[in-house]
Amino acid sequence: MGTKEINISIKEIETEIGNIRDLRFSVGRLAQETWDEPQGPTPFPSMSTLRNWDLTLLKRYKPFYLPFCDLCCLCTFGKCDLTGDKKGACGITMPGQQSRIVLLAACIGAATHTSHARELVTHLIEEFGADTRLDPGGLNIKVEAPITRLVCGMKPETLGDLETVLDYSEQQITSLLACTHTGQEGNPLDLESKVLHTGMIDHLSMEVADIAQVSAYDLPKADPNAPLVDIGFGSVDTTKPVILVIGHNVPPAVEIMDYMQDHELTGDIEVTGICCTGIDMTRYSPKAKIIGPISWQIRYIRSGIPDIIVVDEQCIRTDVLDEARLLKIPVIATSEKNCLGLPDRTGDPPEEIIDDLMSGKTDGALILNPEKVGVVAVRTVMQTATKRKKKKKIGILSLEEAIEEAKRCTQCRECRRACPNDLHISDAMKALSRDDPTMLAEIYDSCVGCIRCESACTQEIPIHSLIVAAGEDTLRNESFKLRAGRGAIQDIEIRQVGGPIVLGEIPGIVAFVGCANYPKGGNELAEMAIEFANRRFIVCTSGCAAMTIGMHRDEDGKSPYEVYSGNFEAGAIVNVGSCVSNAHISGAAVKIASIFARRNLRGNYAEIADYVYNRVGAVGVAWGAMSQKAASIAAGFWRLGIPVIVGPHGTKYRRMLLGRADHDEDWYVDDARTGEKVYVGPVPEHLFISVETKEEAMVMIAKLSMRPNDTSRGRALKLTHYIDLHRRLLGSMPTDIHLFVRMEADIPITMKEDIVSILKEKDWKETVIPDPTLIPKKEAAP
Amino acid sequence: MSQDAWLTAEVAGPKKASLITKPEIADAMIRRAKRPIFVVGSIAAEIDLEEKKLIDYVIAMARRCNIQVVATGNTNNEFLKRGFTPEAVMPAVDIGNRLTDPKWQGVDGKGPHDLAIFVGLPYQMAWTILSGLKNFAPNLKTISLDNVYQPNARWSFSNISIKSWIMNLEGILGNRGD
Repeated sequence: MGTKEINISIKEIETEIGNIRDLRFSVGRLAQETWDEPQGPTPFPSMSTLRNWDLTLLKRYKPFYLPFCDLCCLCTFGKCDLTGDKKGACGITMPGQQSRIVLLAACIGAATHTSHARELVTHLIEEFGADTRLDPGGLNIKVEAPITRLVCGMKPETLGDLETVLDYSEQQITSLLACTHTGQEGNPLDLESKVLHTGMIDHLSMEVADIAQVSAYDLPKADPNAPLVDIGFGSVDTTKPVILVIGHNVPPAVEIMDYMQDHELTGDIEVTGICCTGIDMTRYSPKAKIIGPISWQIRYIRSGIPDIIVVDEQCIRTDVLDEARLLKIPVIATSEKNCLGLPDRTGDPPEEIIDDLMSGKTDGALILNPEKVGVVAVRTVMQTATKRKKKKKIGILSLEEAIEEAKRCTQCRECRRACPNDLHISDAMKALSRDDPTMLAEIYDSCVGCIRCESACTQEIPIHSLIVAAGEDTLRNESFKLRAGRGAIQDIEIRQVGGPIVLGEIPGIVAFVGCANYPKGGNELAEMAIEFANRRFIVCTSGCAAMTIGMHRDEDGKSPYEVYSGNFEAGAIVNVGSCVSNAHISGAAVKIASIFARRNLRGNYAEIADYVYNRVGAVGVAWGAMSQKAASIAAGFWRLGIPVIVGPHGTKYRRMLLGRADHDEDWYVDDARTGEKVYVGPVPEHLFISVETKEEAMVMIAKLSMRPNDTSRGRALKLTHYIDLHRRLLGSMPTDIHLFVRMEADIPITMKEDIVSILKEKDWKETVIPDPTLIPKKEAAP
Repeated sequence: MSQDAWLTAEVAGPKKASLITKPEIADAMIRRAKRPIFVVGSIAAEIDLEEKKLIDYVIAMARRCNIQVVATGNTNNEFLKRGFTPEAVMPAVDIGNRLTDPKWQGVDGKGPHDLAIFVGLPYQMAWTILSGLKNFAPNLKTISLDNVYQPNARWSFSNISIKSWIMNLEGILGNRGD
């Protein structure tokens, strides 16, 4: 696009109308048009622009509300009891309130990504200039920002152009948040439409953040062969000074690594990361190391291994300073969004800050200048590390110490009652007190590191530290390889797989994304990813999920990233990067419509979403979804018609979007060729569903990958996976096969006999494969 | 006996489950129901109740009391291993959603269910689904037969020991006779 801010200043001018002095005016931005694709119907859509599309989806996938609280306590009329058909003092109903809370959560998520993107873009513009060209993939990518093109109808070319996108995102989020005010929107479906709008904005801002950092920091540019990097506790050389960076916004970590390189210290210090900053650090330098997802924070800090902790923003434990203080680890906060109560030392000379951190005069410092963070963190760690050597002990407590602690347990079971996964902690404590750590070691594998057990303990036993002591062997052996986040998907990859995906011959794209609040440990996620890679799905991943998949070893000792290709192709496991890189997954779906199907992308959201929904068999899985960001990411997928599966904790998001397979009338599409209504079966059956076990999740992934446009060959392949998984994991033939067979050619040959008999029993009738659309012709016309 | 949620923080709203203080209460509800349904989660096959698993009690109860069974998660496998075929296999939220629809004719298409008995689901999943039913299925009665208090059910045990749980389940079975 290329945009310019015009500022004109005239000191003095004589005109026919008189003498003008000190005239100044500015024009915000002038677009220099370099994109010849015609503008679509909905550039920069407002909250209600795409409402018809949303209501079309919501008619099929009606909310099933699961109130997590029966009350509303958001204003001083309340608390209001909304149970059943009661209304609040403002008139709001229980469904309205649930959708309102979902919207609030989505707004928090989208605001977080947008603020992250804004901070990043502002910093990069200061450092590299607004005219810095966007280059997310070199010659391999022409559609550089598919979501931005789709939503905004603009083609960004420079870092400066991204500011226009963020202006729009910020404006939208402000309005969306305003909708949740008392006495504002109360209609549940309108609130849900706004949730979808929020999700779309979220993906837009995530795209901005990632293409900005990829371009400016020269992170892997759509590189399927991005380097394999180290992940896991065991990969850290604890004899060196160790820096730990936690969070999501990478500039402070980049400055740390730059300072080390400039001063030839790169081999002398270990730079380690937790959560998405960890991922993005390794995209910048493969020498950086990832410790693990968010749930590794406490165990790593308590190990004493980090000699300094640098935090930026998002998903950082709010008690990080308390934990660090116990081991005299200095903490540097680097974001206005997360000041930790520390004194602002941004304006102080580095030497003074370092002296204060070294002497213990202060626990930490707030430094809002990434470059200064780099100087202070590196120089401090070089000095503190020698003093802290004795404090580094991976297991936190020795087993003997842990056993002594366990003997203090009174078996009150408050720990178990506080555990989100209802882990049998008290039983394991009893066993440990009798010198048997086995049960507690097993708990290590399922523990999400929330330490609610410790808060609940009446005896103040450091239960999490006991769990880590029991699981010390596992912890020491955590040393794996993860393929650094590659960024976007290349245009040529889209061309190669677009046809097979749309025709159903690649059975689906499954994206394992989101947080680490797993119900039974992370191995389940890795098992699922491997299962679907082996089934020749395209497996994508990002963020904590990408890390978790990497922390798994096959019998040859290899991680999935060492075994499976990083290309966007059937049978691959593709790590796109951090949370904000999720936009490349939705972007890939959008690019299939644009590059493969040559649909007009520009400002053309509803048509492209309709294409993706009916043709691209993509499914998101957020097995450990925890955060509000996960909610907004999911919402962005929903608006594109991509279903999302969450684990059992996902019901706490308060509502599902479920289809009714038994309502035939819900599953008709328009045939774009004939204009006739055609029954296509419940594909995909749900838009947002929480499932209970990994087995159920795998069956659901296969099922939700079906689309109306599948060719018979494609549908037969998808049915093969669905039936095979259902038989193997749930023990029987599915009873709904007849809903997915449109004609005899859809029936997998190897299962023909069984299926034909089921079809007869169900009084099945053949139908046709339409050119499916949910947008009636009159609406689609310009 | 208290009405404290098993997971301490899962405090319920103003409307909370009544306590099943003796097996006769659950038994009476099941007797009164015309179209009861069991929703059985994956944990039912994991919980040891002395020499049996929880799922074995479910099967016995379903047979004796003529209750249709929906297997959620991967519980179907465990039923089949025991020679019992559930009426339906579906995700817990899917059956929950259908139970809020007064027009839904049940797993066998013969009419709406009037009683749903939940057992063996992850605690918070059952909590939220039962909350959905409490709020949006006013004509449906719900019972939780887990040994932990489920505040959003219509009726639930309090947090009881395994021993007491077994006695109660045996009591419900015993009251039925063969």
